[in-house]
Amino acid sequence: MTSRHPPVENWATDFDHTDPAWAADPYPIWDELRRRCPVAHSDRYGGTWLPLTHELVSEVAYDTEHFTSRSVVVSDERPGPDDLPAPIGLSPPITSDPPFHAIARRMLLPAFTPKPIAALEPFTRDLCRDLLAGTEGRASFDAATEYAQHIPVRVIVRFLGFPEEDADLFRRFIRLVLEDVDLPAEEREERFAEQDAYMDAQIEEHIARPRDDLTSFLIEAEIGGSKLSREHVRGTMILLMIAGIDTTWSAIGASLWHLAQHPDDRHRLAREPELMDTAVEELLRAYAPVTMARLVAKDFDFHGHQLKEGDWLLLPFPSANRDPEVFDNPGVVQLDRARNRHAAFGLGRHRCLGSNLARMELRVALEEWLARYPDFELADPSAVTWSGGQVRGPRTLPVRVL
Amino acid sequence: MTAATFRVHVDPEKCQGHNRCYSISPELFDLDELGMSSEIGAGLVPADLITKARLAVANCPEHAISLTEETEPEE
Repeated sequence: MTSRHPPVENWATDFDHTDPAWAADPYPIWDELRRRCPVAHSDRYGGTWLPLTHELVSEVAYDTEHFTSRSVVVSDERPGPDDLPAPIGLSPPITSDPPFHAIARRMLLPAFTPKPIAALEPFTRDLCRDLLAGTEGRASFDAATEYAQHIPVRVIVRFLGFPEEDADLFRRFIRLVLEDVDLPAEEREERFAEQDAYMDAQIEEHIARPRDDLTSFLIEAEIGGSKLSREHVRGTMILLMIAGIDTTWSAIGASLWHLAQHPDDRHRLAREPELMDTAVEELLRAYAPVTMARLVAKDFDFHGHQLKEGDWLLLPFPSANRDPEVFDNPGVVQLDRARNRHAAFGLGRHRCLGSNLARMELRVALEEWLARYPDFELADPSAVTWSGGQVRGPRTLPVRVL
Repeated sequence: MTAATFRVHVDPEKCQGHNRCYSISPELFDLDELGMSSEIGAGLVPADLITKARLAVANCPEHAISLTEETEPEE
């Protein structure tokens, strides 16, 4: 992706997570900052902090007194204290703080436990096989746009009960929220209004014709005897759509990118299918797609740094996952890494709600891919592109079948 | 002579429902309707599951699981 901001010259004092160098390969940047700082600061986006070690990232994730989740995507529109409805936020529960957070989250948790997720596995497997069948006979194709990206889109469409043909629209919404964070404010507002209007139309459609999906569930759900507000229903739908698609697409794509370049790992997975669960955790550790964000809730001293209320703070779980204090040889993917306390799904009360769904999709996507294409390579390593911003994964991934 | 007894325990205050322990050893851990984990029964670990119990401890992102060894004199 191309940034609309000037290029970064000093990562410790002027970092920018939309910089093309960060998108292309953030690991050397993080490794250096982890050793040098380990809390970097940038004046960009109105002031942003970046802790790099596993210890500091954990500390922030557990600290809901000094950090608020009212906004979790860093952009140029830094919200003021009255701009977002605390403690609910725009997309509960990800943007909620205690005590409301627990109430909004509790309502959603049962739908994401292993049992209901396992029920989606046959659908996901069929979907992967269909997508692969579509590539049959071609020497090379794009594993990101022709395979990885479709899997979570179709699964979430089914979860929320949206029309399947709207998948392209979702990709536009996702880009708006996660990647176009440096667009002019008026343009973003216009597009957000479009997204809200789409969700409202879906809600009306579900009110008229209720069915067995998460949208109808949210419309009927109650907190303390009252139905949820329209804003709450819409905000949660947007959250599930965005958090459920871009992230998993990125994890599947990054894993295929790795396997394309490591024949030993491919062959080992073919030989030892029982290793898949451990391998999935290792790929999630090494290529964790999601960097979260917080707003500083009040002025305070954070390990010698003077944080001010309203400052942004990026929470780079992918950097925590590569901290040599916690992981041996963190830069090396070891598919049989048995002790792997990775934080790809975050830590603390905001642990990714969809982690079981994401794991299932990643495992099935890799199993089906390797069954069909046990040997493949990058068709053109220089043509691979990565998304910038807070969710990182390959957006173009040309592969050649061997 | 002594016999060692191993027990696992999930701290409900720390568990956030990552489900890593359950995925490693459904013989030792169970999930409630919200996906939060707890040890099955009194958390007693049979000898053939000690390795899995140790892995569950080592993979919990929240450090919520403990494994304790109780040594009691044999009668």
